[in-house]
Amino acid sequence: MSLLRVENVSKHFGSLVAVNNVSMNVEAGELRAIIGPNGAGKTTFFNLISGFLTPSSGRITFDGEDITALRPARRVWRGMARTFQITEVFPELPVRENLRIAVEVAGGNRLNPWLSRDADGEIRARIVELMDMGGLADKADRLVGELAHGDQRATEIMMSLALKPRLLLLDEPTAGMGDQETYDITQLIRKLHRDQKLTIVLIEHDMRVVFHLADRIMVLAEGEPLAEGTPREIGANEAVQAAYLGTAAAA
Amino acid sequence: MRGDDLKKGASTAIVWLLLLAMPYWLPAIGGYTELGARVVVLGLAAMSLNFLLGYTGVLSFGHAAYFGLGAYGAGMTLKYLVPSTSLSIIVGTLVGTIAAAIIGPMIIRLRGVYFAMVTIAFGQTFYFIAFRWNTVTGGDDGLTGWQRLPLDFVFGQIDILKSSVAFYYLVLVLFAVATGCMAWLLRSPFGRTLLAIRENERRARFLGIPVDQHIWISWVISCCFVSLAGALYALLNNFVDPRALYWSQSGDFVIMAVLGGMRSFWGPLLGAAIFVVLQDYLSSQTQNWMSFVGLFFVLVVLFFPRGVLGIIRRRAAA
Repeated sequence: MSLLRVENVSKHFGSLVAVNNVSMNVEAGELRAIIGPNGAGKTTFFNLISGFLTPSSGRITFDGEDITALRPARRVWRGMARTFQITEVFPELPVRENLRIAVEVAGGNRLNPWLSRDADGEIRARIVELMDMGGLADKADRLVGELAHGDQRATEIMMSLALKPRLLLLDEPTAGMGDQETYDITQLIRKLHRDQKLTIVLIEHDMRVVFHLADRIMVLAEGEPLAEGTPREIGANEAVQAAYLGTAAAA
Repeated sequence: MRGDDLKKGASTAIVWLLLLAMPYWLPAIGGYTELGARVVVLGLAAMSLNFLLGYTGVLSFGHAAYFGLGAYGAGMTLKYLVPSTSLSIIVGTLVGTIAAAIIGPMIIRLRGVYFAMVTIAFGQTFYFIAFRWNTVTGGDDGLTGWQRLPLDFVFGQIDILKSSVAFYYLVLVLFAVATGCMAWLLRSPFGRTLLAIRENERRARFLGIPVDQHIWISWVISCCFVSLAGALYALLNNFVDPRALYWSQSGDFVIMAVLGGMRSFWGPLLGAAIFVVLQDYLSSQTQNWMSFVGLFFVLVVLFFPRGVLGIIRRRAAA
C-alpha cells in the first residue's frame, strides 16, 4: 500500500492555478524526486502535502488516513517531517538546543514541566546520536545561525529526523551549496534512505543529485504533471527535455 | 556552558541578597520601604509580561487589564466579601487568570501588532467597566473604604498593615514563588517549546508543536502572575482606581521589560526599579516626569537594544 497518496490535488491563488490536478503515489521505502522548471508549482505541491497550505480540491491520504485538511502539527504527529528551501532552524540557539527541542517534542514531552534524570539521560543520548549522524558533534555548542549553510541544513534535517518520521519531505536540500556541501548532504540523504529505509520525497534542482538518489522522479511543469518514471525513463523522455531546454532557451 | 551557569547563579544570588536586605539598605540611601515594595510588585508584573514577551515572543499591550482585575478582585474581596488578606490575594489572582483564560482563545491566533491591538481593546473594555460602574467599583474615584488586614497564623499574627517591613516580606515571599515557578517552567521541555516559538514559529509548527495552544498556556501563566502583582498592588496602596486597568499602565510594563532587558530573566525587575525610582524622584521635581522617563527609554532602545542589564553584562564580559 502506498504510504502517501495524492489524488487530483489542485491549488488556486485567485485566478492563478499553481497546482493543477496532480496525483502521486509514494510507496513505503521509496525515494521520490520532484523536478521541474522554476515556477512549476513544486514548492506549492510540497506545501499541500505538509499542510502548510490546504488544497483547493483533491485528496491526500497518509498511511490510508485522510489528512487533506489536517494542520501541520497533526501531520507531524502522524509521522511526516519536512525541511524548507530556506533553512528553518532556531538560529539564536546552539545546535544541541535545536536538537533537544525536537527530541523532547518527539518524545511527547512538549507540555512537560519536569524531566526525570533518566528521561533527561535518554534525551541527551539521542541528541549525541543525531549530532554524530549529521556530522555536527564538534559544533554542538555553536549557535546555529553562526554555522555554515551546509551545517545549518544538516541541523534542520537532523531536527526533522529527531521526530522519527515515516516520511521525510526535503525542499531543495542542496540549494545554495558548494560542491563539497552538496556531496555531504547527498551522502547523508542516501544513508538515511539506504540504511534506515526512510521514505523520502524531495524537490531538487541539481540533476546530478536527483539522478544519483531517486528511485522514481516526477516532473512538474506549469503546475501540471509532465512525466513520471525511473531516472532512466525520465532521462530519455522527450517532453521533459523539451520543457527544460525550453526554459533554458527562454532564460 | 559551565561558566555561563556560574554567572547566572551569581547574578541570581546578588538579586536575592539585594531584595532580602532591601528594608535595611534602601532607607540608608534615601528611599523608603513602600518604594521597595512597589519595585518588587511592579517588577513581578514586568517579569510576568516578559514571560510572554521575552520568552515566547508575543507582545501584549493589554496586561494592565489582568493587573487591574487582580487589583479590583483583591480590593472588592476585602470590601464586600471577607476580611481576609490571603483570600483577597487568591481571589484577585483567580479573577485575572480566569478572564485571561477565557479571552485567550479569541486572540492567540493573531500575531504581532494585531495581537497587541486586540489586547489593548480588551484592556480598555475592562477599564470602561471599572470607570462607569460607580456603585460597585467607585468609578473614577477608585475603590476606597477598605484596607489590607493582619495575617493570622496558627502561631500568631503578622501585622502587615502597620508594619510596612512585614508587608514587604509578604510581597517578597509571593514574588519568590511566582518568579521561581516561571524560572522552573522556562528550564523545562515546555519552556523550551516557548523559546522555539519565539525563535521560529514555522519550525516550531513543523516540529509538531501546536503553536496556538502553547501561546495560550504561556498567556495564561503570564496573566496569572500579573494578576497576582495587581492584587499585591491594591494591598500596597489600600486603594484601586481604574488607571490600574488603563492601556498606559500596560505600556509602562512593556517599557519596564524593554528598559531592563527582555532577553534576560531579571532584566524587567531592574527596569521596574529604574522606572519606579525615576518616577518617585522626578515626579517630585516636575509634572512632566514621564517625558524624562521616555527620553531615557528612547536612548536605551536606540543604543542598548538588550536593555540596561545588557549593558552591565557586556561590561562584565569585556
